[in-house]
Formats: sequence, C-alpha cells, structure tokens
Amino acid sequence: MTTAIADGWVMTTRYLRHVVREPEQIIIYFSLPIMFVLVFGYVFGSGMAVGGDSYREFLLPGVFVMTQLYGLGATATAISLDISRGVVDRFRSMPTARSALMVGRSTADLARALLEMAVLLVCGLLVGWQWHRGAGAALAAIGLILLLRLALTWVGIYLGSVVPNPDMVGLIVFPLAFPLTALSNVFVAPDQMPAWLGAVAEWNPISATVAAARELFGNPGLGSDSWPAEHAVMLAMAWPLLLIAVFAPLAVRRYRLLGR
Amino acid sequence: MTTIAIAADGLRKTYRGVPALDGFRLSVAAGTVCGLLGPNGAGKTTAVRILATLLSFDGGRAEVAGADVARRPDLVRERIALTGQYSAVDGSLSGRQNLVLFGRLHHLGRRAAQARADELLEQFDLTGAAHRSASEYSGGMQRRLDLAASLIRAPQVLFLDEPTTGLDPRSRNQVWDTVRKLVTEGTTVLLTTQYLDEADQLADRISVVDSGRVVAEGTPDELKAAIGADRLEVVIREPDRLHEAAALLARVEGAAGTVDVDPDVRGLRFAVTDRVVALTEAARALREAAITVDDLGIRRPTLDEAFLSLTGHRAEKEETR
Repeated sequence: MTTAIADGWVMTTRYLRHVVREPEQIIIYFSLPIMFVLVFGYVFGSGMAVGGDSYREFLLPGVFVMTQLYGLGATATAISLDISRGVVDRFRSMPTARSALMVGRSTADLARALLEMAVLLVCGLLVGWQWHRGAGAALAAIGLILLLRLALTWVGIYLGSVVPNPDMVGLIVFPLAFPLTALSNVFVAPDQMPAWLGAVAEWNPISATVAAARELFGNPGLGSDSWPAEHAVMLAMAWPLLLIAVFAPLAVRRYRLLGR
Repeated sequence: MTTIAIAADGLRKTYRGVPALDGFRLSVAAGTVCGLLGPNGAGKTTAVRILATLLSFDGGRAEVAGADVARRPDLVRERIALTGQYSAVDGSLSGRQNLVLFGRLHHLGRRAAQARADELLEQFDLTGAAHRSASEYSGGMQRRLDLAASLIRAPQVLFLDEPTTGLDPRSRNQVWDTVRKLVTEGTTVLLTTQYLDEADQLADRISVVDSGRVVAEGTPDELKAAIGADRLEVVIREPDRLHEAAALLARVEGAAGTVDVDPDVRGLRFAVTDRVVALTEAARALREAAITVDDLGIRRPTLDEAFLSLTGHRAEKEETR
C-alpha cells in the first residue's frame, strides 16, 4: 500500500513536470476559455442581459466548467501516448505498483485543474465577474467544479486507453466535448431551446455543475423551476460520482486487458 | 553446474483463435546470450512479452531468473528488464529526468536514483544531452537512453526485442558493445532479431522461431553450417568459356565444394570458406586467364534461405496484428 502511494506520487510529479517543461501547452490551452470570455462576454454579451444582470456574470461559471471539460483531451492524449510508445509496457515490466499510472495521472490533473482555476478566477475578476455569497460558498463551487474535473479525468483515461493513436484522440475530443457545452446552460438558458433540446440541456452533467456554481457564487442563474435546476447542487455531486463509478472500473479493466 | 536463467516449456498463446505460440520451448543458461531469430509474426515478440510478465499465456510453464512467471510475476519483475522495439521513454522529460523517474519507480530513494541516473548518462555517453528533452534525441540516442533505463537496477535477465531495428551502423555497434559488456558482468540476455548477422555477433546460442515454436537451435556456427556458407557468384561474358572458368575457380584458395554452372545467365557459383581470400583469388585467376567478367560478388545466405533450409518453407510475409 505504501508502495502504491509512493509510486502514484512519483507518477504525479512526472505529469506535473510536463506542465513545467512545456508551458506553451498551457498557454495554448488557456487561449480557448479566454477567447470565449472575450468573444461571448464582450462581443455578444454587450447586447445580451440575463435578468437585468451582466451577461459576463452569467457566463463566467460556464467558462470555468467548460475549460475543465476540454482538459480531458490532454489526459486522453497523454495516456494514449504512453501506451502507444511502450512506456506503459516498461512500467508494467517493473516492480512499480499497477495503480501508479492512473492514480498519478488523476492526481496531477487535479493539481493542473487547481492552477487553471486560479488563472480563470483572476481573469474573471479582471472582466468584472465576482462571487457574492462569501468565500465559503465560492470554495464549495470550486470544489464541485474540481469534482467534475476528477470525473472527466477518468473519462479521459478510459478514452486514452481505448483509442490507440494519440493523434486521433485530439480529433475525437472536440466533437465529443463541443455538443456537451453547446447543449447546456453554459451560454444560453435551456428554456429558450426547443422543448426536447432544452430537456437534454437541463439534464446535461455540465449544466448541473454550471447551475450549482452559479448558485453558490451568487451569479445570475436562469430562474428555471425545472427539477434539475432546483436540485443543481445535488446533481453536481451525483453526476461526477456516477461518471467515476462507470469510467474508473472501465479504465482499470482496459489496463488489465493490456496483458491479455 | 550451469544455472538456467530462462526456461519455457510448451508455452501456448492464442490471439482471437489464432495461435501465436504453439508449444514454445526455450532454455537459456545464466550469463549467456540467446538469440531468437525469425521473421515478423513468428512469435518472437509474443514469447518475450510473456516471459517479461506483460502477457498472460494459455498453457505451458515458464520460469525466469528462478521465479515462476505465472505465479510470481512480482518476483520476475524485480529481476528483469525489457527494452522493446520502440524507445519507451517519456519524450517530454529530459534524459536525466527519465532515468530518475524510472529509478524512483524501481523504488530507489531520490538521492540514489539521481546518482544512478548520472552514472548511466556517463556510461551511455549522454551526459552532454542530460537536460535536453528526450524527444529531441536522435534515434540512436533515444535507444541508448532506453537501454540505460533498463539497467537502472542491474537486471539478472535482460530482454531485448529487436534492439537495433532502424538504427544506423554506429548506434548499432554501440548497442552491441553494451550488450557484450553486460554479459561479461553476468547478465543473461534474450535477444530477438530478424538479422542473422546480429544473432551471429551477439548470441552464444540461437533459437530459430517459426509459427510459434522453436524449429532449430544451436550455436551460430552450427546453424550456419546447417544453413550453408557464403557463396561467390561470377558472371562472365563468353558463354563458351564457362567450363574453363569453372575449372579455374574450383582450384581457387578459399573455395569449398563444387562449382555450379548456370549457362542461362553465364553464371558460376560456389561455396567459400574465406570470403576475402576467395574473392581476390578468383578475380586474379580470371584476369590471368583473360576471361571477361561481367559481375563478381559474395552473397550471404539470406534469412529467407536460412528459413527455407531450416523449416522447409519460406519465411511468411509480415502479419500485422
């Protein structure tokens, strides 16, 4: 057990070193959310208002969550790269704990997510976004966003172990992630969509975390009285836990199958 | 008494109904190099992956470095190292960071891992590139780093799966030198290769693999005798002087056996014992007799021919899995 923890930690530092050694990746990574804030917040947002409040106040929690969603691309690519290059074979032929790769990756991803959140919060404050219900509630919101990230990390680990070609992973992630953000409450209220589409958007796991974050940050929400909107915080905990319950065993099983 | 470092008996492995290993059997004495020779798809890599605990198997028994592969893979992993066909290093990290990482995952302490990394960088002539990203290394440097990563803890058994595929001759020689040095220090090496000369250079004994089993086994000399020696081939201009040339060449120093004549291509061919002597003497003899030579050269038996003579059929084309 202590070996497993020690090996997991060594693997965590390995993935964190990637961040330090390839900072340009982080810059590219942040270009998307910052672009969304600028384009949606200023170009479209100037002509839009949500319940009399600024659209940017409404948008920012959505961008926080969306950024975490796109993070699964880096996770999947890294895992796929390790498998296709034979690095995983080397680990598996060593007395290293079998859990180290996945534990290390998910821990490193959480650390990355913290860093990303810090940058995004500063960006948010710079464009006039604020939290209104105190530091405790704000921390709870951040906690829920990180919980979703942890779940997405396991989706990414699974995806990376299923798709054999690392170049393919990047191509798959965008068409997978984009509908999830478009069909959610990130940019617009689901009640403005056609009814069936609105229902999909209401139940989208992304929407749950976004609605919960808006509620806890005290940012303008949608005022919808649908069940998912009323129970956003509960759903924002249930969805990620469900995703972890499904994808973590799948990923572990996939890893075991490498030996078949 | 010789200790057996690798023992496999009746190994079977089936992929989706297709047998990859079919009664594979191998015995390698400690401190020696065994070459697994065979074409792509013969089962060499499958055998190595099973012995290195990376793959499960369906039948038979295997023991590596005194531990049962199926029952105590943990013990096997403590005692082996594997270098695969690709450079299994983290391209985003520097060479030194890679070695420290693998050292830490071998459960060396931080200081010990760093000290060992520096030692290996020195030994593999990578000190100058220690802090560059491994992805910027040349193919030869990456392979050296990969080999260094395998040697963090002196393994009892080292598996090398086609260690020089795609390397330039200089890097290939460096890899060969490293392997020879390891063996003098007592490591047992199992090497897979598609190249006859690589097996010849390094291996004490060679096992020829075909269709998932070992079809021939012996020292390189024994196998070469079975495969047949190098041949000298001559093509002359005037067809009516073929028999005269044949008589001359049969007397040449370094020639062995009879001279085959092929009138269709105006060719002559014979086995040689000493390639250089036979070549120079044949050229001199033909020139003195004023026979015009269109072509003259040594041909080594190809792996295909080796296979033909050992297995009775040609090496099958590469199968991708």
